[in-house]
Formats: sequence, structure tokens, C-alpha cells
Amino acid sequence: MVPSSYYLVLSAVLFGLGVVAFVFKRNIITIFMSIELMLNAVNLAFVTFSQHLGKLNGQVFVFFVIVVAAAEAAVGLAIIILIAKHRQSLNVERVDLLKL
Amino acid sequence: MSAPIIVFFILAGVAVLGAVSLIVQRHPIRSALSLIVVMVALAGLYLLQGAELVAAVQIIVYAGAIMVLFVFVIMLLNAGEEERTNVSRMARTLGLPLSFFLMLQLAWWVGRGARGLAPAVSRSQEATKELSKLLFTEFALPFELTSILILVAILGAVVLAKRES
Amino acid sequence: MSDFIAQHPVLAVSVIKVVVLMFLMMTALAYLTWFERKVVARIQSRWGPYRVGPHGLLQPLADGIKFLFKEDPTPGGADKLIYFLAPFLAMALALSAIAVIPFGPKHIEILGHATGLQIADLNIGLLFLFAITSLGVYGVALAGWASNSKYPLLGGLRSSAQMISYELSMTMSVVGVVLMAGTFNLREIITQQEGYWLGFIPRWNLLAPPLPQLIGFFVYFVSAIAETNRVPFDLPEAETELVAGFHTEYASFKFAMFFMAEYANMITVSCLATLLFFGGWLSPFSTTGMFAWTLYIPTAVFAACAVLLFVDGLRYSTTFGRIVLPVLALAVAGLAAVCAMPGVVEFVQGPFWFLSKVFLFLFFYVWLRGTLPRFRYDQLMAFGWKLLLPLALANVVLTSLMVLVSRR
Repeated sequence: MVPSSYYLVLSAVLFGLGVVAFVFKRNIITIFMSIELMLNAVNLAFVTFSQHLGKLNGQVFVFFVIVVAAAEAAVGLAIIILIAKHRQSLNVERVDLLKL
Repeated sequence: MSAPIIVFFILAGVAVLGAVSLIVQRHPIRSALSLIVVMVALAGLYLLQGAELVAAVQIIVYAGAIMVLFVFVIMLLNAGEEERTNVSRMARTLGLPLSFFLMLQLAWWVGRGARGLAPAVSRSQEATKELSKLLFTEFALPFELTSILILVAILGAVVLAKRES
Repeated sequence: MSDFIAQHPVLAVSVIKVVVLMFLMMTALAYLTWFERKVVARIQSRWGPYRVGPHGLLQPLADGIKFLFKEDPTPGGADKLIYFLAPFLAMALALSAIAVIPFGPKHIEILGHATGLQIADLNIGLLFLFAITSLGVYGVALAGWASNSKYPLLGGLRSSAQMISYELSMTMSVVGVVLMAGTFNLREIITQQEGYWLGFIPRWNLLAPPLPQLIGFFVYFVSAIAETNRVPFDLPEAETELVAGFHTEYASFKFAMFFMAEYANMITVSCLATLLFFGGWLSPFSTTGMFAWTLYIPTAVFAACAVLLFVDGLRYSTTFGRIVLPVLALAVAGLAAVCAMPGVVEFVQGPFWFLSKVFLFLFFYVWLRGTLPRFRYDQLMAFGWKLLLPLALANVVLTSLMVLVSRR
């Protein structure tokens, strides 16, 4: 069997890469996607702990994370479409005013 | 090395490569594809751990619905390649090393902390049933609340996307 | 090498099964195109393909060779990687779905290893199938986007919207079956439909208590047609509006891959309809008592086909046909004889009934294509969201109530 620590290290690496992507990318959609990457990394940790401790509560949490991600994607992408229409750009640096 | 460990390293390699590709690719649609690869690899890892339902939901909801929405929006907005600006150059010189440092730190400390942990056990095939029971008994209230959350999200999306008349 | 096989029997057996099933699938896909052209031609009072081989039987081969040798241009400014990736993705996903379909109850022995007529017996077989279908959108959407051309892009956008919408009602429509079976395992879903009412009416999910899944089946089948982009829901490739939709720019073998993916998807959803609502490999007749003769239905069907083929072959217009068709008829007669042998008779029942039901669904698909006009886009969306989804939800509520009542 694969030790739990392997999964946890992988989860940490993916989370870190998500942070890197969040800082590094300029396109607002890609930034949104790096948030999804971080959520995925956290899900991996949840599942690993749930399997390790023999309790399914962790997996229930994964469901909630996925639902929240879905809700977030629906609203977030609608906002992105509005921003893109008003600014004609997806670059986050062009979106520096707190109004449309 | 036993078969599960080989499978783990293959899937983990694919996931990390996908995540790196998300950062390196300049076109948003390629980044989205990289993220889908990561998600499918993670679903494989969930299967390897015996969390079958989570693996299926991961693919159906994450890769099959949320990411389709992303791809759809990218296609709709006809998003081009990323521009490079002064600030992004600063992010590259300063932010990138620091973030990689953070990543290594995280991996290092998690790895150290988890070193003593015993191997993860694969659960029986009844796990799906138990999980559903848990979802509808102990977590029934939060589960119902998520449906309200989704409803609010749908309303929000409709209001935002509606054309002003 | 032999050591390796001895150490990993499951791996070797799986590889053999995958290769055999792949070969059968490819042949089935090729002849499905022939079948469709023949049936549509008959509906429209035409002959259909008949030049290449007797009754056009070699037409799929000719098509395949033509696709292989056609020029394969890439549109200017296209995203090359994704342009190449999209057909492979569509094809790989369509073919991998077949891996969890069980074709029969009995086990066979390969390399001294008993194994079921199924590549992978997953606990979450049904969810696996839906996972594969939910990824199927990417092949179409990415092809449309990567072609860098307006009609493919419109087709890709349309298809992603359509497939997401109908996937929802398709998934909801089978929840009733899952509630009644209490499992996602496809084998168990079938075995729970065993038995007969009054000795002769099969207890398939379509007819069985606590709630016959008639609504579920209707919603499932309509959304499955939309999900596979077939007439009357073929808006992503509506030729009068969008040239050929998402695969306008594709030629040669990449186009053939989209084509095969579509047909493979048709086979998969027909298999799933059979599994979930029509009792899978279960025979519509009870095999005990006065119905024992039904065991020999496969033999009778093959024998009748053989006789028809033979008679038709002797009178065929070309010499080639007069040789090939009777030989083919002899082969089918041999098959009929094998099916009647003791021991084989029981084994053949499962696959025979399963494939017959799948064949009926495929015929229905072709029939629809020959009969119905295309929906308008707003009609399509309204139909999916305002009729099918509420129906599927009502089905879930009703079924769960009935299951609850019957368990009391």
C-alpha cells in the first residue's frame, strides 16, 4: 500500500503550485482556475485523512467543497463575462477600479 | 516496488506535470486542459485509495461540469494569449521564487509531520453506501444547505448575465 | 514473458479481453454505418450502397481505405496540439465506456483463469459510464474551438450547451433505477431484474414494482439521443445551418475518428438502456416448464438468417455475390448449429438477448434518423429544461416514495 504521507506531500505540492499560478498568472480566468487547483489539492488531503483515520467524514467534506466550487464557478464566471464585456480585456491589471 | 506505489507515482507525476503546465501555458484554454488532466489524475488517486464515489463525483462534477463551464466561457469570450506587463515581470522575479519556496516548505513540513503515519488502508466496497448514509443522517442539514447555496448561485448567475432592458 | 503472464494472470487476461472487444467493436462500428445507410435508404425508397461487394457489404472497408488515403489539411491559425488532440479524445472516451458493460452472466476461461464477459466489474460501473459521458463534451467543444473557423466554433458552442443540458436529465432519469436496485454495480442491477410475473411477464425495471420506470426510460432515451448528437437533436452538426458543425475543418482519418466516436457512443447508450431498463442479458421468456423451447430461439434466428441469405445469394446478380453470400450463409448456419449444442446453449443465451436488445435500440436510432426533422435550437433547450428535467425529477420523487412504501 501507498503510505499516507506520499499523498499528503503531493497535496502540499499541488497546493503550492496553485499558489504559484495564482501569483504568476495575469489572465483572470486562469487565476480562477488556480483557485480550483488549490481546492483540489485540499480535497486530496481530505480524502487521504479520511481513509487513514477510517472515518468517512472527510469525504463528506469533499462533497461540500465540490458544491461550493460549483457555485463559485457559476457566479464567478458570470462576473468575469461582465468584466470582459465592459473592459474588453481579461488582464487583471486592467481591472483596477471598484466599479464596472 | 509494489504495483500501487508505481501507479501512485505515475498519477502523481501526471498531476504535478499538469499543474506545472497550468502555469507555463500562456493560452487560457491550454491552462484549462492542464487543469482537467490534474483533476483526472486526482480521480485516479482517489480510486487508488478506495474512495470510489469521490473519484466519480470528481470527474462528473469537476472535470465534466465546472471545467466545461470554464472552457465554454473561454470560447465565448474568445480569450487570447496572456499579455506580459511590468507588474507581471515583477511577479516573475520576486513572486515566483518566493511561491516556490512556500511550496517546498509546505511539502517539507507536511512530509516530516506525516512520516510516522501508517499506510492508508483501502476500504471495503460498502464505503459508498456508508458515505451516502452519513450524508443523509449526520450531515443532512449542511447537505440541504448546499442546495440553497446552489440555488443562490444560480440566481446570482442569472441576474448577472441578464441583459439590461 | 511467460513468467510475467504466470505472475500477473489478471493483467494478461484483461489485455486479451481488451484486444478481442476492441476488434469486435471496430467491426460493429464499421457495419453499423453500413446498416444505417441501408435502412435509411430503404425508408427513403433507395437502394443504398450496393456497388462494393454483394449488397454493399464491403462498403465500410472501402470507406476506411478512402479515409486513410485522403489529404489531411490543418486550417491556418489553428491551435495544432488541440486540433490533433480533440478527435483522439472523442474516440478514446467513446471506446473506454464499453469496458464496464457486462455482456452475459456466465464466466469464460482464458489462460486457465475464469473471467466474466466484461473487462472491468466496477462497484461504481454506472457512475463510471456517466463520468465518461460527461467528459465527452470536450472532444466536440475543443474540436470546434481549435479549428479557428466560425462554423465549427458555433457548432462547438451549441454542442457543449446541448450536452451539458441533456446530461443533467439523463443522469436524473436513471436515479429511479439506482433507487430500486440500491447499487451502482451494473451486474447487480441486472441480477435484481431476474424473475417473472405470473410466470411469463419479465420483471425488468421498465415494468417492475415498486414503480415501473416508464417515465425514466422515456427521459433517458430522449436525452441519450441528444447526448450522442443524433437526429432529431443533431444541431451541433446541422449541415443546412453550420456546414458540418464542429468537424467542418476535419478531413481524412481525424474525421473518421469523430464519426466512429459518434457510433461508439450510440452503442454505449443503447447498451446502458438495455442494462438499466430492459433486463440486460435476461431473456424475455422464462426458460422453465412450457417455455423451455425458448432456449433454442438463438438457433432458430440464426438458421432463418442462413436460409434467407442462401436463397438470396443463389439469385444474386453478380458472380462474386453468388459465391460470397452462400458461403456467408453456411457460416451463419454453422453458428446456428453451435448455438444448439448442449452446454453452449445456456452460455449463448446471455450475449444473444443482450445484443438483440441493443440491436433493436440501434435500429430505433436509425429509424428516427430516417423519419424526424431537426429541432430548432430554442425548442431543443426548452424541451430539455422545461419538460425532460421536471419529468426526471418527478420520477425520482415518485420512485423514492414507492420504494419507501414497499420496504415498510
